[in-house]
Amino acid sequence: MDFTYDDEQDALRDAVRGLVGKTYADFETRRRTVAEDPGFDEKLWARLAEMGILGLPFAEADGGVGAGPVEISIVAQEFGRVLAPEPFLTSVVLAGGLVAAVGSDEQRAEVLGALAAGESVLAFAHAEPGARWADTASAVTAQKDGDDWTLTGIKEPVPHGARADLLVVSAVLPEGGGTGLFLVSPDASGLTRAGYATHDGGRAARVAFDGTPATALGEAGRDLESSIATVQDIARVMACNEAIGAMEYSLDATTSYLKSRKQFGVTLNTFQALTFRAADMYVSLELAKSIVTWATMVVAAGTPEEVAAGAARAALQVSRSGRHVGQEAIQLHGGIGMTAEYSIGSYTSHLTALDHLLGDGNHHLKVLAATVADYDEVDPLS
Amino acid sequence: MMGTPPTQETPMQLELSAEDAAFRDEMRTFFTTQVPQEIRDAVAARRELTKEQVVESQRILNEHGLAVPHWPTEWGGRDWTELQRHIWNEELQRANVPIPLAFNASMIGPVLAQFGSQEQKEKFLPKTASLEIWWSQGFSEPDAGSDLASLRTTAVRDGDHFVVNGQKTWTTLGQYGDWIFMLVRTDPEVKKQAGISMLLIDMTTPRVTVRPIELIDGGHEVNEVWFEDVRVPAENLVGELNSGWTQAKFLLGNERVGVAPVGSTKRVLAQAKEWAGDQLSDPMVAARFAELENELLALELTALRVVAHSSDGEPHPASSVLKLKGTELQQAVSELVVDLAGPASLASGAGDESELPEWTRRATPVYLNLRKASIYGGSNEIQRQIISRTILGL
Repeated sequence: MDFTYDDEQDALRDAVRGLVGKTYADFETRRRTVAEDPGFDEKLWARLAEMGILGLPFAEADGGVGAGPVEISIVAQEFGRVLAPEPFLTSVVLAGGLVAAVGSDEQRAEVLGALAAGESVLAFAHAEPGARWADTASAVTAQKDGDDWTLTGIKEPVPHGARADLLVVSAVLPEGGGTGLFLVSPDASGLTRAGYATHDGGRAARVAFDGTPATALGEAGRDLESSIATVQDIARVMACNEAIGAMEYSLDATTSYLKSRKQFGVTLNTFQALTFRAADMYVSLELAKSIVTWATMVVAAGTPEEVAAGAARAALQVSRSGRHVGQEAIQLHGGIGMTAEYSIGSYTSHLTALDHLLGDGNHHLKVLAATVADYDEVDPLS
Repeated sequence: MMGTPPTQETPMQLELSAEDAAFRDEMRTFFTTQVPQEIRDAVAARRELTKEQVVESQRILNEHGLAVPHWPTEWGGRDWTELQRHIWNEELQRANVPIPLAFNASMIGPVLAQFGSQEQKEKFLPKTASLEIWWSQGFSEPDAGSDLASLRTTAVRDGDHFVVNGQKTWTTLGQYGDWIFMLVRTDPEVKKQAGISMLLIDMTTPRVTVRPIELIDGGHEVNEVWFEDVRVPAENLVGELNSGWTQAKFLLGNERVGVAPVGSTKRVLAQAKEWAGDQLSDPMVAARFAELENELLALELTALRVVAHSSDGEPHPASSVLKLKGTELQQAVSELVVDLAGPASLASGAGDESELPEWTRRATPVYLNLRKASIYGGSNEIQRQIISRTILGL
């Protein structure tokens, strides 16, 4: 077991930091970018494509660069560090990951090729009103007429669902056939999309299907629940990595603030009531980093069951740590932490969004608690 | 440059190598077959061990080179990787083998190996490893707890001897001690850290008095030790005169790592699942187990990260995280066990004729006893201070 990055991985981090970190070095740039649709920088998206970042997880045959989970995690951390609003996680890792996992040879080459080239933004339309982080669809149904499929029902919230150039949609298959995945073009008939901003400057949409023509992703009519589950687990681990970057920034900003802000004629770091709380934030962050780094390695080497357990464990710890770090970061900043102009509150907002994108701490705790009687202890070394 | 497909040389990896897996099997087999079952049962039941049990267990480990693997090889250490040391530690605790006496194995042994004279090394290290000498720790005083450097016990040079006067306290298992390693004030005129020396004292020397302190769990674990004109040969000074603070910091850094009891806390939590029985089907109980298991996993992985970055002798600053969180989790698991025992936890004074299982009777004394964990080894508030100052620069 080894926790160190190699030279190429360090170089990847430097390169992403050099582009994304530099673009958003000034928080005001991020504020301006998310203030207007599509909520991210299309030029930066194109440059990410040029760098190979948008094709990082995909096979070379599909137009990608075939990198592993550790490389993807590095990108996610660097995005989190500056709250980069570009949809790397939801478009590349999640929606792209599904196409990579179940798409036919032609679909992978076409869809992933365009995604990697920065020509097409993908969105995964999966969440449904009333559902909570399921691996299945229940409100959107698929109907088959000869070789043609149509979808009906509502998905919401769909991350970047209004801007997306192509939707990957989960839907209930006929005759109890489980959950299938479909590709829907934005100009398909019977498709209505209403986009809005999320609290953290992201974008989501209500997407309604009314007899909307769709193309089956992969083999038509096959139940893809387990593939959806695994790709969501991988995305959970990458969301955790993004949260690590955001927490690292939050703690750095908080310690800098404690050292510079003066009250009662002295800097705040003279008050032990405050520095001890910063120390506890550090503990929370270190625990999260350790388990997320481990879970990333599990994605690289584990079975789907191990990846599911690793993702649940990382997500539980990150939920706990993220809330702690985010809440304390605002409190230790005081009033300035409440303002939209200053960065720290936006980090807490984004950590809250990441926490609820693919399952919060209690969701994962419930999953883990259901199996505690089945083993005697957790062994991270296999 | 980037996006190179991962190769088998990818440094970030999870699996144990075949060699390390074999090493783990070897440790597991040794600990579960060579250390007497009766001793391991006593640890599993969370009983207080007798002196003889602690000594016998360490003697067996030492005979097979497994008592002090982190020492220099010259003095019985093993040239293991950090990961192998971690595996050794985990398997030892997993098998309910008593951890080698910390005062010997983790504290004075490494200090003597690093700072001691050749004569001191030859005289003390072999018997320290084998526990033929039982060491006690003479650091804390009534007015020098977290503020250790304000200690007042004095040592005044008189010919070939030092004359020691003062009082030490919280001396754990001092009733068994053969020798005690002491921090003493040898120069009262300078900044307090600069006037401290480390001295080794034979506890059978005249005018050394050990008095027991009874604790809230009813046990006799710690003592006061009094020194009245105790004459100590000058050759028992460790390192240079007035260099004791350097040795103390070295020792305390090792202690921080040593007191993070990940393996034994995991073992108790696993054992508690059996004790819980049907209660485990209560979702609230199951959630408490799952939450504690996850935090322990995060801590264990942090321990692996920290050892991976430790360099010669200098403890990684993040070792404070291990001490702080490790003791909190140790306490939280002991609290869970009291709750699982429920009303039976009141029967702490009952003997073996009780209708109630032994674990329920031990639950509260262990819980009360472990309140010490966040106080000793540098209290958890001191650890927060180390984190905020050393790591965060606050």
